[in-house]
Amino acid sequence: MNPYLDHTVGAPVTDTAVPAGPIEQRWDRRRFEAALVNPANRRGHTVIVVGTGLAGGAAGATLAEQGYRVVQFCFQDSPRRAHSIAAQGGINAAKNYRNDGDSVRRLFYDTVKGGDFRARESNVHRLAQVSVEIIDQCVAQGVPFAREYGGLLDTRSFGGVQVSRTFYARGQTGQQLLLGAYQALSRQIAAGRVEMHARTEMLDLIVVDGRARGIVARDLVTGRITTHLADAVVLATGGYGNVFHLSTNAKNSNATAIWRAHRRGALFANPCFTQIHPTCIPRSGDHQAKLTLMSESLRNDGRIWVPRAQGDTRLPADIPEAERDYYLERIYPSFGNLVPRDIASRAAKNVCDEGRGVGPGGQGVYLDFADAIARLGRAEIEAKYGNLFEMYQRITAEDPYRTPMRIYPAIHYTMGGLWVDYDLQTTVPGLFAIGEANFSDHGANRLGASALMQGLADGYFVLPPTLNDYLARHRPAPVPEDHPAVEAAVAEVTDQLHLILAVDGDRTPESFHRELGALLWDECGMARNDAGLRRALARIPQLREEFWRRIKVPGTGEELNQALEKANRIVDYLELAELMCLDALHRTESCGGHFREESRTDTGEAARRDEEFGYAAAWEFTGTGNAPVLHREQLHFEHVHPTQRSYA
Amino acid sequence: MALATRTGRHPSTLTTLWRSTVGKKAAMAVSGLVMLLYLIFHMLGNLKVFFGPGDLNGYAAWLRTLGQPLLHHGWFLWIARAALLAAVVVHGVAAFQLSRRDLAARPQKYAHRPRRTSYATRTMRWGGVILGLFIVWHILDLTTLTVNPRAEEGHPYQNIVASFSTWYGGGIYILAMLALGLHVRHGFWSAAQTLGVNNPRRDRVLKATANLLASVLTAGFLAVPVAVLTGVVR
Amino acid sequence: MNLTLRIWRQAGPDAPGSLTTYQVADISPDMSFLEMLDTLNEELILRGEAPVAFDHDCREGICGACGMVINGRAHGPERTTTCQLHMRHFADGDTIDVEPWRAGAFPVVRDLVVDRSALDRIIGSGGYITAPTGSAPEAHAAPVPKDAADLAFEHAECIGCGACVAACPNGSAMLFTAAKVVHLSLLPQGAPERGRRARSMVAAMDDEGFGGCTNTGECATACPKGIPLTGIAALNREFLRGGR
Repeated sequence: MNPYLDHTVGAPVTDTAVPAGPIEQRWDRRRFEAALVNPANRRGHTVIVVGTGLAGGAAGATLAEQGYRVVQFCFQDSPRRAHSIAAQGGINAAKNYRNDGDSVRRLFYDTVKGGDFRARESNVHRLAQVSVEIIDQCVAQGVPFAREYGGLLDTRSFGGVQVSRTFYARGQTGQQLLLGAYQALSRQIAAGRVEMHARTEMLDLIVVDGRARGIVARDLVTGRITTHLADAVVLATGGYGNVFHLSTNAKNSNATAIWRAHRRGALFANPCFTQIHPTCIPRSGDHQAKLTLMSESLRNDGRIWVPRAQGDTRLPADIPEAERDYYLERIYPSFGNLVPRDIASRAAKNVCDEGRGVGPGGQGVYLDFADAIARLGRAEIEAKYGNLFEMYQRITAEDPYRTPMRIYPAIHYTMGGLWVDYDLQTTVPGLFAIGEANFSDHGANRLGASALMQGLADGYFVLPPTLNDYLARHRPAPVPEDHPAVEAAVAEVTDQLHLILAVDGDRTPESFHRELGALLWDECGMARNDAGLRRALARIPQLREEFWRRIKVPGTGEELNQALEKANRIVDYLELAELMCLDALHRTESCGGHFREESRTDTGEAARRDEEFGYAAAWEFTGTGNAPVLHREQLHFEHVHPTQRSYA
Repeated sequence: MALATRTGRHPSTLTTLWRSTVGKKAAMAVSGLVMLLYLIFHMLGNLKVFFGPGDLNGYAAWLRTLGQPLLHHGWFLWIARAALLAAVVVHGVAAFQLSRRDLAARPQKYAHRPRRTSYATRTMRWGGVILGLFIVWHILDLTTLTVNPRAEEGHPYQNIVASFSTWYGGGIYILAMLALGLHVRHGFWSAAQTLGVNNPRRDRVLKATANLLASVLTAGFLAVPVAVLTGVVR
Repeated sequence: MNLTLRIWRQAGPDAPGSLTTYQVADISPDMSFLEMLDTLNEELILRGEAPVAFDHDCREGICGACGMVINGRAHGPERTTTCQLHMRHFADGDTIDVEPWRAGAFPVVRDLVVDRSALDRIIGSGGYITAPTGSAPEAHAAPVPKDAADLAFEHAECIGCGACVAACPNGSAMLFTAAKVVHLSLLPQGAPERGRRARSMVAAMDDEGFGGCTNTGECATACPKGIPLTGIAALNREFLRGGR
């Protein structure tokens, strides 16, 4: 019997930061009740921000504008390259410019419902309130949003909601928003208010007297291990989707910062809530390094199908209409090809599991534009999707105007993350988590165009006042560089790197990552079941043991060593993966991105069990391989009443 | 808390311009255009050679009386020469300084380097040097007459024919004019780009104009030595 | 397919470098160029040799991290980023030269990794609109004509990869600088800082040791995002009309 599975249940965790009162007034009230730091005294406070994506870039710039001394880190060579840059679709905001019935209340409602009732209402409502300010801020920064001929902002509908509230900049909204935040941050760097450390990776959190007081980082160019002390630490390091090896995340996005914070005491919430995006380009072989997303908008005009017969290897053009199965249209007649992400993904997996998948390895389904081209003409399809078709053709060398695209689901986003309260503070005082790194706003499933909204809301508008409050209330005493906690953290980091280098085995870091990813994808991917999760939980410790026996990393730690960086991240994935599987095992309901095969409705759809699982699961670390402690945060739904989703 | 970091220093605009690569390029563009304008008139004047010695020599004399009585005899020519000298110096000094900078900015070459830009673009630097040397030769040949085989003051027609009749006189001139064509072809469009006149709508027109100017100038200038060497003008 | 690679290896900024020859076998035409290098690196690790260091991240052509000169061309033979270049554009038996971006302002860090932080400092010198968080007027307060917004977007697409600098015979960052200056100058929000922005950014560019523009157009040919060469004319215009 695996001792890791015997998790215990600890005291419930509660959000004590959220004020009482009507939900519409809570954010106002929180800001009013927050203590302030005199502007003249802010210079005396140092804040560490790790990560420079939408959340981190926005937070670093804003805190510096307010007068704090910001020390910021990113592992990329420039803060402009954070993975927020790859977001395509858009950003939601309750501006109601279309006069189509949108409101803060509706965005709030859609987000809670879209999250399948596993998010905290107060946080989501605040997100909806702040959304309108984000658009103003970004326009003022010069973000070139799409506009109408009258010069006003254009919006589009997105992700199955019934209003048009998504602002966009062609297919590169994330890029443009990130560059806006990056430019604001660059202004502060040039003015000397932000001390920027690029190519520097956080490897540990320094906790002194129960409070987060700094980080241990590695200069990726020289390999030097450095310590940075501060009055508060903000993690804006993104999600952990790369634990799956193949995902739409950037190759170097990783979970090390949040995982090591978790090891230092921050609770990790809902790790099994991962989002799978249905329209990605399938892998072409074992060499595949990552997966590429094709915008969800393609499903507006493309029809998804597979051959009726198993193992049909004919070319798509040779398969007559009667021998094709347009399975989404068949199973979900009213929503058809536009069912939500999780449903479309699972349906694709099901038909491929039946042996009807297409392309290499049978891991793909057709997304066919022949009908749309016949109906609308090639020119119109080209105007709508030209850049996506071009991207597809570049990668696959197939012309989607002539032959159907092949698509397959892929890991895209992680709703889980460090548990935070209403102030975005983790369970380690002084440690804040913002953006995808926290768990707060998307519940069990994120709606399209909401990730950008949340990242910027946290960074520009939510964190600055709550951090202000923390710094005003806890005037931290200076920590000496040789404090035992500092030295212990440095020693742990250094030892681990030495250990990795010392093994000198016969397997590359990539081979471990690939194996772990495949295991997770099979057992903790689109559909999960008890037996599979137990298999994974049995295999992961073996893999971990094998890692420490067989890993091979050439070179030293005192130089640019990308293999060492990678191996060091895999150490954390090998622990995180275990927690994900345990979380998935314990949550025997299906909800949002978490589908337990044992918990379905009569029609085979996901069945939530609110009575038992209407909580966020926040896990406490107790040592590698030791059973973690579960702390439940009970969720209360006063404004949006949980219902079962139906798309048939 | 306003950003006061970069608003403090106020060097004069001309200094700012000359110190920056963009400003220096603008100086090159303006001086180049001055020289280009001059060349158009120079070429038109040259073509008078086809109307015989009287026309050309009369034209040359007229250049000395131009501007009278406001200007003294020959003053216009000296003013023009001063302006041209200034243009050549500005153009040359800026080119020299920018080239040094450009070469330093790319200290290491690629092992593998396919050529993609046009010949005219690639030969701007050496073409410029050739033209500079030619100007010296040209002045010694037909202005100061130091190296002219005939060297008869006040008789430019005869001096031209004498110079172009020699293999080196005609040869140097023909080569230089080909270099000039190439230089103008890239230079004119480049000047428009540098002075910010270019935009996506004008790009093709400017390139066509550059080609036209280069062709007309080259053809116009080449007509004279070719005519001399073929005996049309003697 | 089987290929011969000649890759620039350099242990550190001050170490001497040279082209080293490697053979790679069984390369699939569906691999990206970086996946082909991954394959090589896996073999090198198992042989106990240092893998080839190169920058990369999103691998979908938007982060701007990757970039190498392949057979003398920045990002290789196709007009795209290195991560989106696929091996089907090469033939079995080819010899491929792989070199880092070369420019005085981009010192080599290791192998194919160069230091492009100079580009960040150019942005820091003025490539922004001063709009502190919270100070923004309502988004519809200043309409922007669609043409201007679209043109601004085309220049804002720059991914900061540095291919323009690598391709330029003068190691000039004019196209990079132009992309940002033009993007911001076309929008009403960017108008108040127009003159100062162009002057500061050009000064920063010069201070970083980039060369000047000789209008060869190599930058725009290499640019994976198609930033137009006429953007440089617009930068010059902004610079020349710039305030004091």
